[in-house]
Amino acid sequence: MATDAQSAGQSAGMPQLDLSTFPNQIFWLVVALVAIYLLLTKIALPRIGAVLAERKGTITNDLAAAEELKLKAQQAEVAYNQALADARTEAAKIVAAARVEIQAELDTAIAKADAEIAARAAESERRIGEIRATALDDVTEVAKDTAKEIVAALGGQADGRSVTAAVNARLKG
Amino acid sequence: MASESGGLAIHPMDQFIVKPLFGDGPVMWYTPTNVTLWLLIAVLAVGALMVLGTRRRAIVPTRTQSVAEMIYGFIYNMVEDVAGHEGVKYFPYVMTLFLFILFANLLGLIPMSFTTTSHVAVTVVLALAVFLGVTLLGIARKGVGFLGMFWVSSAPLVLRPVLALIEVISYFVRPVSHSIRLAGNLMAGHAVLKVFAGFASIALVSPIAIGAMTAIYALELLVAVVQAYVFTILTCVYLKDAVGDAHH
Repeated sequence: MATDAQSAGQSAGMPQLDLSTFPNQIFWLVVALVAIYLLLTKIALPRIGAVLAERKGTITNDLAAAEELKLKAQQAEVAYNQALADARTEAAKIVAAARVEIQAELDTAIAKADAEIAARAAESERRIGEIRATALDDVTEVAKDTAKEIVAALGGQADGRSVTAAVNARLKG
Repeated sequence: MASESGGLAIHPMDQFIVKPLFGDGPVMWYTPTNVTLWLLIAVLAVGALMVLGTRRRAIVPTRTQSVAEMIYGFIYNMVEDVAGHEGVKYFPYVMTLFLFILFANLLGLIPMSFTTTSHVAVTVVLALAVFLGVTLLGIARKGVGFLGMFWVSSAPLVLRPVLALIEVISYFVRPVSHSIRLAGNLMAGHAVLKVFAGFASIALVSPIAIGAMTAIYALELLVAVVQAYVFTILTCVYLKDAVGDAHH
């Protein structure tokens, strides 16, 4: 009878309107829907929900950690710049101190050298004076002797005193 | 329906016949039929995607897990956006509907398969479940206030009874349009595919027929997904009447 109904449905056209198959379809549909519902509510949906929440948590944590690390890096940079500036100031101080010290040493050395030069110059002055004096005496002596000799050679009677007086007068002139 | 022309036999509706899987006996309510087989395959497919696909619970998802998560997020947001925050409680049922219809539609596109969602019996049960569920839920949550949605308070007083009548009629037509839309779309598409497949046996027109089949098959893939989406979003819209803030 059901086979008749089925073949009747077949020949009548739309199998969708064959009422004899409705209980079958509805029964198995309900079974399938309940099966899917149970699969989803018991296993799949809680699992996916947990995974999504966990992923969100992980991403939030990672972002927070990254933010923290960034902050640390910024702090390190600030500290580095501070250290660099300190080092520069220190170096500038050392350079200035060294310059002052060298200047002082230089000044002392120049003063000392000046004093020495002055002393040497005075000594030389003195000796030149001495030499000049000696030379003048020597010239006088030599002039007298030479004059005496010349006078003698020329056949004159050389009077020591008059020659000396003449030479002195000449030298003065 | 079967048209005979020059030895050409096209039976576009034969693919929808419900027959027993084993033997040739009568189709009793418990008989395992081709409907049973394809429902079972749909359940297995849903299980493969949603359960097996997510079994590793990876933070960095595999491709399958990613698809499962995308569907989860898609439907979850749809329920939340359309039905409101109160509707999220019924998300598992909406998800069940979407996955079942999606997989039934897509599996129906495998050649020689059986499309369970092309049967009015199936879609009417789905739509009636939504209709009755939403109505009972609305009465349980809002009591008589649920009937307020038929009384359009923003309209002039004279028009309100007329509008109320129209609203009531449209409310009771919902399950009909909800179910026929799905079954009709699927059935028409599959029947047209079969008709063109029949014409493909005539050498003269077979290139055109095969080209048309390819195009319609692509269209049917779109229809399969879109109809699952439409059914689901309408479910959410109806759910909003029961759980959301009533304002029209």
